[in-house]
Amino acid sequence: MDDRIAIKVEGICKSYKATRALQDINLEIKSGELFGLIGPDGAGKTSLFRILTTLSLADSGKASVEGKDVVENYADIRRTIGYMPGHFALYQDLSVEENLKFYATVFGTSVEENYDTIKEIYSQIEMFKDRRARDLSGGMKQKLALCCALVHKPEVLFLDEPTTGVDAVSRREFWAMLARIKASGVTIFVSTPYMDEAGLCDRIALILNGKIIGQGSPEEIRSRYPYKIYAARGENMFNILKTLRPLDGVVQCSSFGCECHVSVSEDGPGEGELLSVLDAAGINGCTIEPIEAGIEDCFIGLS
Amino acid sequence: MKEILAFIQKEFWHIFRDRKTTLIVLVMPVVQIVLFGFAISTEVHNAVVDVVGDISDPVVQRIVNRIDVNEYLELGRILNSTSEVEARIRKGKSTAAVCFEDGFDKALTAEGKATVSIISDGADPNTAQMVTSYVSGVISSEQLSISTRTAGGGGATMRPNVQLMYNPAMNSSYNFVPGVMGLILMLICSMMTSVSIVKEKELGTLELVLVSPVKPFWIILSKLIPYLVLSAVNFISVLLLAVFVMDVPVNGSIALLSLVALIFVGSSLGLGLLVSVISSTQQTAMLLCGMGLTMPTMMLSGLIFPCESMPVALQIFSDIIPAKWFIIMVKKIMIQGAGISSIIKELTVLTGMMVFLLWFSIKKFRTRL
Repeated sequence: MDDRIAIKVEGICKSYKATRALQDINLEIKSGELFGLIGPDGAGKTSLFRILTTLSLADSGKASVEGKDVVENYADIRRTIGYMPGHFALYQDLSVEENLKFYATVFGTSVEENYDTIKEIYSQIEMFKDRRARDLSGGMKQKLALCCALVHKPEVLFLDEPTTGVDAVSRREFWAMLARIKASGVTIFVSTPYMDEAGLCDRIALILNGKIIGQGSPEEIRSRYPYKIYAARGENMFNILKTLRPLDGVVQCSSFGCECHVSVSEDGPGEGELLSVLDAAGINGCTIEPIEAGIEDCFIGLS
Repeated sequence: MKEILAFIQKEFWHIFRDRKTTLIVLVMPVVQIVLFGFAISTEVHNAVVDVVGDISDPVVQRIVNRIDVNEYLELGRILNSTSEVEARIRKGKSTAAVCFEDGFDKALTAEGKATVSIISDGADPNTAQMVTSYVSGVISSEQLSISTRTAGGGGATMRPNVQLMYNPAMNSSYNFVPGVMGLILMLICSMMTSVSIVKEKELGTLELVLVSPVKPFWIILSKLIPYLVLSAVNFISVLLLAVFVMDVPVNGSIALLSLVALIFVGSSLGLGLLVSVISSTQQTAMLLCGMGLTMPTMMLSGLIFPCESMPVALQIFSDIIPAKWFIIMVKKIMIQGAGISSIIKELTVLTGMMVFLLWFSIKKFRTRL
């Protein structure tokens, strides 16, 4: 990783009629970095991707990829980037091999020429190369899409929600592939709604309602979390939430799967106090332990 | 160049791998031309004509014989009174009836004047008119022979000698073949092109293709070329069917006909592209092509209704339909055997339309989403 800037976003705004999809977005992504844009559905991730991949125009602000302006030098950018849209955008009625060859040719190269770049991923689907893309499973479709995005050796790879709708095993595999692509020197800009994938990125930006609400490395973001945080476990989650939320000093209390994360200000109650409050309310058999703040806690804290 | 070829190859894959598309593109034109050429015809064949009158009367008998041998008419029943005519027509047993007065021959020879009336089914005015004119033709030809016989050379009556140029048999495929050819070419070029582009928009594949370094102009061109090729195939097959199956002649130059077709195809591709720019779903594109292009082409291009008998507003509207100009030119070249000098006006109009439509839609085609 060097310190060159691969993607620079300055004050990008974009509205669709009354909806403000992006508001004053500023980002700097370094060359060779794996950068994650993390936020829920409708936060503006795809809008930002489309602007950076020159598919749509921002209302105001400037952006550049590899030093090329997304408006003025859009033709140059189209030659240097790889893009995997959020939906499966390959031809369903073409076979795996035909799709790959088509995209290779369209991007002015051939599968043979750049076989090394895609070998690792393509070898996993090569046995299905005569199968029509529509007959592939979700994970294989995604691998094919990644191959097609990589086949012309792009300098910057844009992946819009690549793991949405993919099973947990395929997701893990996919991130392992991303790590190896990154190792070959490609800058990767990836968006995801899954907070647990944040830790796999070098740096992340949290986006909500068209605004960046925090950015930095996952560790930085976690260490910036201003409160003590406890995980409360018990049988009746709803009652635990209802009892702890109104307490003085409890900043935030939300459920996380089978536990409840309670954020407490510096001078707020400790774990013993929280337990006794629950006991007093007749909720018995609970455990409370201090934990480290996760990205999701930070996201909720920042939103 | 390799990129363009890859695009074109891909487009042909799309067409031939989807059975519906293949059917529309290659089978439908043949079916349409055969349907219009054979089944759907405005000629009246074997119309049943009843006769009311005294069959033993020599003149009546001669007329009845003439009706009987006429290829368009078929002799029905000999009825005794006109009161039976209505019931027969209402039941659909006959299309018309010829009623002779009693003593027809006598009245004709004695007074030089006899009455005959033709009753026909006005519920279907086109057929009624055709049958009536056939029957009166039969009667007047008999009348002519009577007057020559009785009056000798002296009493020659004036009689128009009608001669239909170019289509003496009034073959309706002469009208339909150019029309259907226009319809087919337009359908394939406009509808198929627009649907195929909008499909890529809808499925999001256009998004990925647009990110490629290939210039949008070439992407558009590679979308148009396959349909241009298919139109050529269809043009040739329609022409072959017309000449060898429908007996419609190609009296003019085939090269000129092909040039005219090419210009028409160009303007249709332009229209298709325009539709794909406007619409964002395949349904919209289909609807726009079906309602906005095919219907007006059928109704207003002169294919079914003559443009001359339309209200002025519709006549003006029909002028902006490319198919109208194409059909006029095809008729002139195929049937009349006209050369370029007699179609220069139509050719100029259509070329202008093509240039404008292609220029405008390519300019409007967004290179972004």
